[in-house]
Amino acid sequence: MRALLLALALVAAPALADSDLPPAPLANTQLADPKQEAQAKALMETIRCLVCQGQSIADSDAELAGDMRAMVRERIAAGEKPAAIRAWLVQRYGAWVSYEPPLDRRTWLLWAAPVLFLVLGIMIATRSFRRRRR
Amino acid sequence: MKDRVKWLPLVLFILLGSALTYGLAKPDRTNITSKMIGASVPSFALPAAAKGLPGLTSADLATGKPHLVNIFASWCVPCIAEAPQLRAIAAAGVPVVGIAVRDRPEALARFLARNGNPFQAIGADDASQVQMAFGSSGVPESFVVDGKGRILQQTIGPINPQDVAGVVAAVKAAQ
Repeated sequence: MRALLLALALVAAPALADSDLPPAPLANTQLADPKQEAQAKALMETIRCLVCQGQSIADSDAELAGDMRAMVRERIAAGEKPAAIRAWLVQRYGAWVSYEPPLDRRTWLLWAAPVLFLVLGIMIATRSFRRRRR
Repeated sequence: MKDRVKWLPLVLFILLGSALTYGLAKPDRTNITSKMIGASVPSFALPAAAKGLPGLTSADLATGKPHLVNIFASWCVPCIAEAPQLRAIAAAGVPVVGIAVRDRPEALARFLARNGNPFQAIGADDASQVQMAFGSSGVPESFVVDGKGRILQQTIGPINPQDVAGVVAAVKAAQ
């Protein structure tokens, strides 16, 4: 019985919601120019995958992530600046799609929090040390 | 006074801890709404995806008549469930056009033969580029586009039977 189940499990094709088109040419192929590839890589690591939402498009194996990588590489190869490509994506999907939050009125606390916590910690530490010395 | 200050770090810690726990425990937001609502359709030109049907360009969506743009694929299972609703919407006089994402002509032809064809035109988006330009992150998704080519509304996931009347009304209202 167990052998039969195992055999069935081996032949069963998982119901993947994926197309059978091969990945876009530049999805998994690096650009010839190492400088451009480095730019593309840096950008891809800070763009969120729309399917596997905890991953960057550099890490994700989703088809849409592959198409996004191809798009990034094509545009970098065509001379577009990474910041412009990020802005293009943010215009469509919101700031959510970028792993590099901008510094603005809504996010200043996010950027300031480490410094604020450090200052608070130093204040608490100096106060308690001073008390102990006395 | 001093006694109360002593408890402040603990209180802050508990507040921070509860906020973080809440953030981790609350269900994930999985629907990514397009920020292109209110904007013009991005400029694009897609070749025909199916024999006998024209391809789709952004100019086709700015001819004075509103459209329903359906982003779909023959390999997408919810798209099969959505097909009867799209037929009903087309039968109600709404021009429905399709963008087939990463599809093969043979597979698409089989899909249309099996599920009926509500589409006036289908563009082949082989590398999801136009899907991304619309701010769409999956299939199926539908966009209501007015006669001037402005995106008015997005439906994420299949249009269900109870949504048909609303979609038809939205397209008819968008002259």
